[in-house]
Amino acid sequence: MFLINCPYCGERDHQEFKAGGEAHIERPKQPTELSDDEWAEYLFMRKNIKGIQFERWNHAHGCRKWFNMVRDTSNDQIKLIYKMGEKPPAE
Amino acid sequence: MSTYFRIKPSEFIDETVRVSFKFNGKNYHGFKGDTLASALLANNVHLVGRSFKYHRPRGIMTAGSEEPNAIVQISDGTNRTEPNVRATEIEIYEGLEASSQNCWPSVNHDIGGINNAISAFLPAGFYYKTFMWPASFWEKYEYVIRHSAGLGKSPTERDPDVYDHRYIHCDVLVVGAGISGILAARNAAKNNLKTLLVDEKNELGGSTIYQNREFNKIENQNSSDWLKKEIKELRNIKNLEIKTRTSVAAFHGYNYLLARENLTDHLENKDKQGKIRQRLLKIRAKKVILATGALERPLIFNNNDRPGIMLSSAVKKYADFYGVVSGKKNVFFTNNDSAYESAFCLHNKGINVEAIIDIRESSNSKIVKAVEEAGIKIHWSHTIVDTRGYKRLSEISAMMLSNDGLSVTGSKINISCDCLGVAGGWTPAVHLFTQSGGKLKFDENDNVFLPNIYPSEQMSVGSCNGDFKLKEIISNLSTNLKQFLKVDKTDFDNVLIESEEENSKRNIWLLPSDKPIGKTKPFVDYQNDATAKDIKLALREGFRSIEHVKRYTTTGMGTDQGKLGNMHALGIIADTAGVKMSELGTTTFRPPYTPLTFGTIVGRNVGEYFDVFRRTPMNDWHIENKAEFENVGQWKRAWYYPANGETMHEAVQRESKAARESAGILDASTLGKIDIQGTDASEFLNRVYTNAWSKLGIGKCRYGLMLNEDGMVYDDGVTTRLGENHYLMTTTTGGAANVLGKLEDYLQTEWPELDVYLTSVTDHFATASICGPNSKKILNKLIPDLDLSEESFPHMSFKNAQIGNIKCRIMRISFTGEHSYEINVQSNYGKAIWEKCMEAGKEFSITPYGTETMHLLRAEKGFIIVGQDTDGTMTPIDLQMDWIVSKKKYDFIGKRSLYRSDTMKEERKQLVGLLTDDPNIVLEEGAQIVSDLNQSPVNMLGHVTSSYYSPNLKKSIALAVVRGGKNMMGKKLFIPMEDKTINVTIENPVFFDTENKRLNA
Ligand SMILES: [Zn+2]
Repeated sequence: MFLINCPYCGERDHQEFKAGGEAHIERPKQPTELSDDEWAEYLFMRKNIKGIQFERWNHAHGCRKWFNMVRDTSNDQIKLIYKMGEKPPAE
Repeated sequence: MSTYFRIKPSEFIDETVRVSFKFNGKNYHGFKGDTLASALLANNVHLVGRSFKYHRPRGIMTAGSEEPNAIVQISDGTNRTEPNVRATEIEIYEGLEASSQNCWPSVNHDIGGINNAISAFLPAGFYYKTFMWPASFWEKYEYVIRHSAGLGKSPTERDPDVYDHRYIHCDVLVVGAGISGILAARNAAKNNLKTLLVDEKNELGGSTIYQNREFNKIENQNSSDWLKKEIKELRNIKNLEIKTRTSVAAFHGYNYLLARENLTDHLENKDKQGKIRQRLLKIRAKKVILATGALERPLIFNNNDRPGIMLSSAVKKYADFYGVVSGKKNVFFTNNDSAYESAFCLHNKGINVEAIIDIRESSNSKIVKAVEEAGIKIHWSHTIVDTRGYKRLSEISAMMLSNDGLSVTGSKINISCDCLGVAGGWTPAVHLFTQSGGKLKFDENDNVFLPNIYPSEQMSVGSCNGDFKLKEIISNLSTNLKQFLKVDKTDFDNVLIESEEENSKRNIWLLPSDKPIGKTKPFVDYQNDATAKDIKLALREGFRSIEHVKRYTTTGMGTDQGKLGNMHALGIIADTAGVKMSELGTTTFRPPYTPLTFGTIVGRNVGEYFDVFRRTPMNDWHIENKAEFENVGQWKRAWYYPANGETMHEAVQRESKAARESAGILDASTLGKIDIQGTDASEFLNRVYTNAWSKLGIGKCRYGLMLNEDGMVYDDGVTTRLGENHYLMTTTTGGAANVLGKLEDYLQTEWPELDVYLTSVTDHFATASICGPNSKKILNKLIPDLDLSEESFPHMSFKNAQIGNIKCRIMRISFTGEHSYEINVQSNYGKAIWEKCMEAGKEFSITPYGTETMHLLRAEKGFIIVGQDTDGTMTPIDLQMDWIVSKKKYDFIGKRSLYRSDTMKEERKQLVGLLTDDPNIVLEEGAQIVSDLNQSPVNMLGHVTSSYYSPNLKKSIALAVVRGGKNMMGKKLFIPMEDKTINVTIENPVFFDTENKRLNA
């Protein structure tokens, strides 16, 4: 039952949000140049870490903005929230 | 009622108000303030139920929510009935009817009691081992087991009560209104923090409030008297809200807690009317203080479950709080000083205490001395080895314990008694703490698990934090509270406390008997009938994980979640396996702490409020014209319009013919609509659809197919170019919200450089779609001055127009293959425009049709429905829609995946048409398709996705997905059904008007 601090709206109950999987996986600019393996890496492979994980979240029932979250999956503590396009912290 | 069992006085019971109630059909009475348990004990009723497995007679054991035995079914002659209610919690009211569970035909004569006699054959895992084999017999076993062992009866009528939900935001939530909770809440509120104090009982003050303990003084007064005064003053404190009869069920992360507030369960029927029964509080607290107290432990010894055997603290509470004596001849059995408090309390009330059996060698505390001086016999270093009495305890046998505590010696002492108070020490109630994600540590000294690592801003105080003596409770509370609230002082820093220290301790998880363990019944989990023997058996059979032992023996899996015996189970496992308690860990405590009613959980979300639904602006018209409705996502859509008692099939056949022969009209308002604007709108569409959009002229429409990045079809719909930088996209009815979400995702995260804005306008427009050879004439009647010529308004184009004063956007697009127009108007004109269409179409017998006919008509044309003919594993190539996939575009969502080795396989499932050899047989959607009936196991080639009887073709038609189907035109295949095999032939999926002549007719 997270309390998530949307960078645009402030603290809201997690029911208003949608999780969007691992963050900082950029869509390849030239997909046609990629081998099947390289494309599969982008398409399917995601980390499932016990510990610090970088995630995308969407304030789906609020401002509809996407943002990034650093979360410790072992205890659900949210370490940091930052906007799309901002650089992830260096650990 | 024998008056002997009710002693005076008790200030918590109102003896001027007599309350009549029924238990197992018999009339009793108690007083206002009684629980069902205290009122039964006052009537000398101990036997209240039968155990789950062996059907042993069981009595009231506790005075609180941890009760494992006294679980009853409550009813009151109305629809209201509730199983699994703890008799120790329910307050009696005039007219209450309660009955025992787990016994059949009655608590005194119970057929399942035979299980007790054959219990040697019912060890741990017996049900798993026996009834699972052979598997096909389970249904027969289940009937017998359920009949004799049920857990109450579920209500068969609608719940007559109203339930409610409430959100609460506070600075500090204090759970538990014992002495620690009260002091903590008061100090929080006094420091200007918005504070909520909740307690599951109807009275504040926890266990301190009713105990006159000789050796516990605050400011030189009895601790109970001191606390009463403090409670009186609470009412005047600002910022403090107090809720009694409110039990916290769950403590989730980020200090989000669920509590049930009980508002009417203690009221008689006439006072319940018109009131909310229970309220679910959804509490978000900045800080949480847990003051949940501790639960007394029983001791585990042979036959420790007879009616009359109770927790020592419960015997004391019934005497002190309710003025009820639990027996005429009382014995206590203990490993600590607590039992002496109970014994001394009874003695002071003039009640007979026969003896105290103490496993310790001695104790020199003041309370023990006082008991000795009162002349009560104490048997030091003794343990109870057996008990007797079937429906009520009649006698105990005790023997001397060996030094190592593993065996007994000497001769047997038999003491006749009808009540045995058992005191095995105290277990801090850390359930909520662990639910919140808190980590425990084991304290070897007190043999308890204590809060160690806090996952949120919370703290545990008082006995749930391992402080058992008044002095340490108050002084630790003061220190911790100052730190937690960040204040310099509390208002009880200088309060004078006197309490005594307990020095002597001896803990033996499983007490020995003179009989070998195989011949004994030391119950660990009373509700689930798990004995120490079962736990040892599980260990012998190789179970090691505490979670596995729990499930195998069912220890701790009852409605009480084993609140009494879990620690002993751990202790016995640790001792037997030779590991430390701290290494063993605990099983997980799961919400709810005490069971919740379904009513509380759903609150007001029942009946038509169970889920939200959406209605189109034309809905009233559909109802007036007797439409049947179907749910599409949250929408209620007109399904078909049966006329003159038609069946669904008859109605759909009539509607489908009319739409092709003259004119039909469909409410298409539910289609998702997204308004797209911005200088990069065309480029955006190029990237999200498989086909090209740059060259689409203003005023033109185009069908688009949207893929996921994995190449699978995600959604489809027609998009219209309204202006240079302005498009209106339509989506499937069910996919609207997800498509918008997906497009936003790409815009915000992958292509933030694009100048594009998306707005959902689904609810802003109502859409009437008219189709059929006469649709053009109808539109001409509606707007005589609009040029409907092929040159001016061709298929796949758009015009702004006006019908009367109503502005509309008209798209000439078709999902039926007929010449047709979609008229979009502002929502509030939806019904008006629909009625105008009906009026104008009257001379052409315009026929309203629903979603079923729409599906049939499009299937005749081989048009797919995303979600019916696709299932997230179909590419456009699989759908034989190669024509819509642009070869020229460098990239679009999903493009690269269409060239993966897997998506290019020839033998993928591909969309085909199917015709049955017998044109009257309509296939079942979902039916499996095979090519070789003699194969074993038979190879499934695919399945039917859409199937109808076409009135326009006068034969059955179907769409299907078949492995390699693209190259199987004309091939004969088989559909094996339960009673017959249907012969089919693979065809082109376009069945009707293959040259699309009707579009321009
Ligand atoms: Zn937001």
